[in-house]
Amino acid sequence: MTNVMVDARSVRKRYGSNEVLQGISLTVEQGEVLCIIGPSGSGKSTFLRCLNHLESINGGRIIVNGELMGYRQVGNVLHEMKPSEIARQRQSIGMVFQRFNLFPHMTALENVIEAPIGVSKVFAIDAKKLGQDLLAQVGLAEKADHYPAQLSGGQQQRVAIARALAMKPTLMLFDEPTSALDPELVGDVLDVMKGLAKAGMTMIVVTHEMGFAREVADKVVFIDKGQIVEMGTPKQVLDNPKEARTKAFLNKVL
Amino acid sequence: MAEEEFNSDDVVAVPLRHPWRWVFGGVASALLLGFIWSVYSAKSIQHSIVVQFMLDPRILEGMFVTLWVTVVCMFIATVLATILAIMKLSANPLQRWLATGFIEFFRGTPLLLQIVFWGYLGIIFPNLFVGIPFTNIIFFSGQTSQLIPAILAGIIALSLNEAAYSAEIVRAGILAVDSGQVEAAKSLGMSGGYTMRRIVLPQAMRVIIPPMGNEFIGMLKNTSLLQVIAVAELYTQASTISSANLAQIELLIVSGFWYLVMTTVLGFPQRALERKYGRGFAVVGARSEGRAFKVGKR
Repeated sequence: MTNVMVDARSVRKRYGSNEVLQGISLTVEQGEVLCIIGPSGSGKSTFLRCLNHLESINGGRIIVNGELMGYRQVGNVLHEMKPSEIARQRQSIGMVFQRFNLFPHMTALENVIEAPIGVSKVFAIDAKKLGQDLLAQVGLAEKADHYPAQLSGGQQQRVAIARALAMKPTLMLFDEPTSALDPELVGDVLDVMKGLAKAGMTMIVVTHEMGFAREVADKVVFIDKGQIVEMGTPKQVLDNPKEARTKAFLNKVL
Repeated sequence: MAEEEFNSDDVVAVPLRHPWRWVFGGVASALLLGFIWSVYSAKSIQHSIVVQFMLDPRILEGMFVTLWVTVVCMFIATVLATILAIMKLSANPLQRWLATGFIEFFRGTPLLLQIVFWGYLGIIFPNLFVGIPFTNIIFFSGQTSQLIPAILAGIIALSLNEAAYSAEIVRAGILAVDSGQVEAAKSLGMSGGYTMRRIVLPQAMRVIIPPMGNEFIGMLKNTSLLQVIAVAELYTQASTISSANLAQIELLIVSGFWYLVMTTVLGFPQRALERKYGRGFAVVGARSEGRAFKVGKR
């Protein structure tokens, strides 16, 4: 029996009258890597942000780890969760941002250990050990005392990955993690992500890196105008797309 | 064309002359010297009195009061200002209105008026009590003039007024922090309060400290307004002395000198704070690159 990690059921999101997600349904199983591709403005980043409730949704349900995100259902009535409950739900979902969002006033190591110490109440000495191990895992052991502004974009993004991993998440969300990087720095970040995938981490990656999607993804989903156009293995979607819109998009980016 | 090699520092040029700098420097020096001379030679200023009262115990006592009242007021004001700024940025409309109302009220009326108001509170409300409204239950009561002596009235007036101004400074600092910071904190499971305390405010401090240094200096000078409710700070002491010996100008010079000393000295802790909260940020116009980053312990 497989273990469903993420279960999104006809997720809808509106900004005013602009419906950016028009019923997205998909599931991700434990250990799976799902890559989301699509043109800019298609809603793929918004969908990712809905998964950890950085954005609230207007319709549908999102279930992560068997828990309904952001709401409690009593009978047929949904109740908004308290911020503290949402914070607890987010602890098991790591997120990596396009623009890194490292805390600039803290060193790399301090960035990584801030949440374990402050949120999970791990002892400082254990957190430091964990932080150093994680920085070593992303190849930045010797940069522990550097501030984000002293690191290259690629190094910053790897610290950001280590920071997310420090909370021992069961699911990792990547929001265009390499889009803000110089081309020669993309490889290091992708290598770290490949290592994670190999180690069995469940990952959802919004990306424009088709090579990465082809190599690492178990499933690729193409989203356009807030709808899933095509979903399947990388071979099916990237090499033999059935839909005209998918073909047109791939022609532009490949 | 022959190719020449430049492998030594062979630019030895005659420096550009700046004659106007000399003219300007000469005029400025002459004016300054003239001013010093006119003060020194003025028959109306008795220099011996200036020297005599420079270290007078009453003056030094007044300075001490000025300093501690300034520090206490700025402390209360900063705490209140942070609360007001967070309230003003709150999603709760009631909190926003309350904060806005407070700020409008205390910015919109003159500080001198507020000081006098708090000083005369005893006339408006002769008795103060804490109890449950519309019942006879009273936990505590007393005479206003005893509960709120002049110095407390002064501290209340200065703190509340300053809080209103500083709230906008703190709010600007909070708004200057990138929204991605809050998102990153949220995604790590941090609560709103924790995010504010550990992520947002430390970064906001960079923006807040320089204008707050200004406010600190302003506060130090504004304590002189407490003379109207007879708080024994520096200016009150100086004017009390001068009303006895009629040496007004001399004592103005004495108190002015000490105000200048105190505001100058206050600049040093400000620079130390700026360095502390500048951690991790490249400083534009920093003297040397090594200064911009301090690697190591907090």
